[in-house]
Amino acid sequence: MKNELLLTHWCLIRDNQVVTDDKVENVTEIFSTFAGFLKALYKKEQISYPKFYKMDSLSKLGFLTSEKVLKESQVLDHYRKEEIGIILFNSSASLETDTEYQKTIQDKSNYFPSPSVFVYTLPNIVIGEICIRHRIKGENAFFITEKFDAGLILNNVAGLMESGRIKACLCGWIDVLEDNYESLLFVIENESSDAVDDDRAAKGNKPTVKTLNTIYYNNGE
Amino acid sequence: MEELINKLKKEVIEQLNLEDISPDDVNPDLPLFGEGLGLDSIDALELIVLLEKNYGLKIEDPKDGKKIFYSIRSMAEYITEHKKA
Repeated sequence: MKNELLLTHWCLIRDNQVVTDDKVENVTEIFSTFAGFLKALYKKEQISYPKFYKMDSLSKLGFLTSEKVLKESQVLDHYRKEEIGIILFNSSASLETDTEYQKTIQDKSNYFPSPSVFVYTLPNIVIGEICIRHRIKGENAFFITEKFDAGLILNNVAGLMESGRIKACLCGWIDVLEDNYESLLFVIENESSDAVDDDRAAKGNKPTVKTLNTIYYNNGE
Repeated sequence: MEELINKLKKEVIEQLNLEDISPDDVNPDLPLFGEGLGLDSIDALELIVLLEKNYGLKIEDPKDGKKIFYSIRSMAEYITEHKKA
């Protein structure tokens, strides 16, 4: 079986802007906070998932980006849930939420550790949230790197594809620290998979370091 | 009691980030878990923290939790009873 990779869809969220497969969503409202932006985007997408409000900002951002790109790709309809993997990267890990949790235990005279904040003090929880939402059961991993590294993303996806453990992968970069945030998720499929017909293959691109870097550096900045 | 129930409704909504729910939506007699508000195990822990933080009440026996957190009214009754003591 050939293991040619095919980049079929992507979504980038950064600086009050959402870009999906080169289509830029007009944002007319200026949000003073990242939390306000996330809430407005959730409402705009007309998603009904009350657990969204309980997530930390990293999970909310990953959740919303995955909603956009998965809806566009219909990858959930084309593969078994065990065939879809998720590989994510960032540089700040869960530091935003770690700091929030620290505040609940900082003062010994006002010591009330928050269980609901604590459960988000690992960056890979965002993967769990996406998997729970869509019942995805494939391989997953979350890596911390200094900056967006297209080569590392592709190497990891290619490795899993070659192992035969997955046939499609949601992968990319989700980073949040204070009001700085950016999320770029790709859907990469195995071109030789039965799910990739000629039409889908024609619409996809070969995912190279250059392609991924172009999307990351040339959009939404 | 009704005043405490209304206060508790607001506190629970805020503590558990129940954004799409208003105090009027919460029936104080319906179960908080399962049906009702559909809370989960992490929410249960947050309610324990809420009782301790806002009312200075520590639940000594975890088995009491099921009864205390059955509904907003049962929480209010527990607070009323134990704050007096």
